[in-house]
Amino acid sequence: MTMTDAAPTGPSTATDGSAPLLDVRDLQMYFPVKSSGLIRRTVGHVQAVDGISFQIESGGSLGLVGESGCGKSTTGRLVTRLYKPTDGSIHFEGRDIAGLGPRQLKPLRRDIQMIFQDPYGSLNPRHTVGRIIGTPLEIHDVVPKKQVLPRVQELLEIVGLNPEHYNRYPHEFSGGQRQRIGIARALTLQPKLLVADEPVSALDVSIQAQVINLLQDIQREFNIGFLFVAHDLAVVRHFCPEIAVMYLGKIVEIGERDAIYQHANHPYTQALLSAAPDVKQAAIGGRRERIQLQGDVPSPINPPSGCRFRTRCSYAQDICAAVEPPLLQIGRRHKVACHFAGEIGHHPAEPVTAPLLGVDRHGDRVPGTDPTPGLGTDSGYSDTWYDFPGRRMVRDESA
Amino acid sequence: MTAPLTPESALESHFVDEDQPEPDGSGPIVSKSPGQLARARFLKDKLSMVALVIVVLYVLAAISAPLLVKVGFLDPYATNQDLLNEFQLPIGAWGGISGDHWLGVEPGVGRDVLSRVWYGISFSLAISLTATVIAVLIGVSLGIVSGASGGWVDAIIGRAIDLTLAFPQTLMLLALSTVAVAFITETLGVPEGNPAQALYVVTVLGLFGWTGVARIVRGQVLSLREREFVAASQMMGASKFRLYFREILPNLWAPILVTFTLIMPAFVSAEAALAFLQVSIKQPTPTLGNVLSDSLRFAENDPVYFFVPAILIALIVVSFNLLGDGLRDALDPKGHQ
Repeated sequence: MTMTDAAPTGPSTATDGSAPLLDVRDLQMYFPVKSSGLIRRTVGHVQAVDGISFQIESGGSLGLVGESGCGKSTTGRLVTRLYKPTDGSIHFEGRDIAGLGPRQLKPLRRDIQMIFQDPYGSLNPRHTVGRIIGTPLEIHDVVPKKQVLPRVQELLEIVGLNPEHYNRYPHEFSGGQRQRIGIARALTLQPKLLVADEPVSALDVSIQAQVINLLQDIQREFNIGFLFVAHDLAVVRHFCPEIAVMYLGKIVEIGERDAIYQHANHPYTQALLSAAPDVKQAAIGGRRERIQLQGDVPSPINPPSGCRFRTRCSYAQDICAAVEPPLLQIGRRHKVACHFAGEIGHHPAEPVTAPLLGVDRHGDRVPGTDPTPGLGTDSGYSDTWYDFPGRRMVRDESA
Repeated sequence: MTAPLTPESALESHFVDEDQPEPDGSGPIVSKSPGQLARARFLKDKLSMVALVIVVLYVLAAISAPLLVKVGFLDPYATNQDLLNEFQLPIGAWGGISGDHWLGVEPGVGRDVLSRVWYGISFSLAISLTATVIAVLIGVSLGIVSGASGGWVDAIIGRAIDLTLAFPQTLMLLALSTVAVAFITETLGVPEGNPAQALYVVTVLGLFGWTGVARIVRGQVLSLREREFVAASQMMGASKFRLYFREILPNLWAPILVTFTLIMPAFVSAEAALAFLQVSIKQPTPTLGNVLSDSLRFAENDPVYFFVPAILIALIVVSFNLLGDGLRDALDPKGHQ
């Protein structure tokens, strides 16, 4: 990727000074593993999310992809503060919400809402649709009691349901309709950020498109920022201009749509993409060569040292076990965490990150050199980045 | 979806018709709620229906008894010495059954047995119902709190359940009755005699009977709290109280109903046993228990007088149990097979 690439100009946070809607830095979530028996000692931690950083612009949308158990849903629940993070910060509109208590969180619920995965489990089966959608209004005392019903009907209409169905129960609706009810509930308080936790993965494929389009229209109409958690690459590609790929609690690659889908630099992203069926390839009669990953995802209780993907990576060398690769910016809006980052078929033989980290190709410290400070800790994008093919820092001249 | 749509809405294209009437004219397929399905299953179960009818008859009897006593149809206290022979046993076959006394008369003083047991059902059911309500209220509240909050709260409530179960309650009930009833009359100002006795029995049954309910409810809550609607409720900023009693509680009515119908008969027989041991309401006020206890003195010479309350107690206990089982099968078709 060169500087002259005509990438669509998104609001660059590093330069224009306006704070992003959501700024997550070094977020960590360790779930304690307790021993059985009377005295339940903590014997270890599931490192579900381990130091991830990203930003979401107002009205922007970030897709979070990865296989099961990589921590993407946990990230969603951390951002909505259903979980309290072990460490790290979550700045929402400039305010750190990572450490807030239940009482302080209540006003925040208006601004951050969530769409859940399972349309059957996320609606209380004993409540009518009107009550489900109206409850947030009641809790936050937003409108007088008399206006709850009109507002509920308005919301039902927005999500494409019959407003007269407010007194029905969830079991009277289909999966797609239930997910619409869940979306209406999330919209009730007019949030600024919506976390969608695999909102369509439980739906029929024919219904998925309808719900995705509905979400897209809602996003445009109300200018809502989205954190879109999904494992379906096609859905994310359609919905999110920016995508983060997670593996075992870490972001391995993050960038705008084209950077990820056309110029993936991380071996894991490449393997993930090669696993997705491709309509265009099918049309011309062939299919992309599949990169088959060997083995299973390692346990998040005891993840591999250095790069977490090294146990399944065909490019892994000594340095991968010794030093963890930082999430380096390698393009205008593209970051990757790999010692041997490169587009498919162009992975370098030498670790490209070694000079920046002050280590040799085996990961041993080179005397007299220091690791570049603050490497890969920024949540946003900078206007200078490290150009891997050229082995030098370059500056975005369009900024 | 028949609502008029605003044509200018950008969302129009996503309106879907997912519940249009069927083209063959049979009308829309109406899905049955879990409640409707359970009702259908219950109505098909003949044994449960018989049990339900019997329970309803008992309840009607209990409600009507005080009224019938007031209008004079029943008189549980009038003595009829003229119907007894020199051994104070009823004159005539089958314990003195006649057109005036359908179930005969009591040996000793000659009170009408039908009036005694009919009125007795009233007291027995009132006591066991009150005790059941207390037990279910305590059990449901503690069970929900225990299951939903987990952690040390759960541990404390769990130990409290163990402690309650380990208590020798029958022994304590007997041993403490005098002291406790004295406390109730003197400190709480409840009138001496039957009201104080009844309050004592109700309190003790309630305070020791909640453990089973709490355990069942806790188990249900443990599975419910993993459902996403609980997270959704937290997401809305709902308070703990709202979460427990508005979101979770409505999903628990089936197990609560079942435990209710299973505790109730246990308390009916417990009350009978206590009456037998002279702890509950005392003669001359009748309960099924103290009528049975009284009848034992004459069991050999007047078996009818003994069998009437005994059968009535057995019948209500069995009916309630069958009803509870039937409800459980209807409400939870997957389990208990």
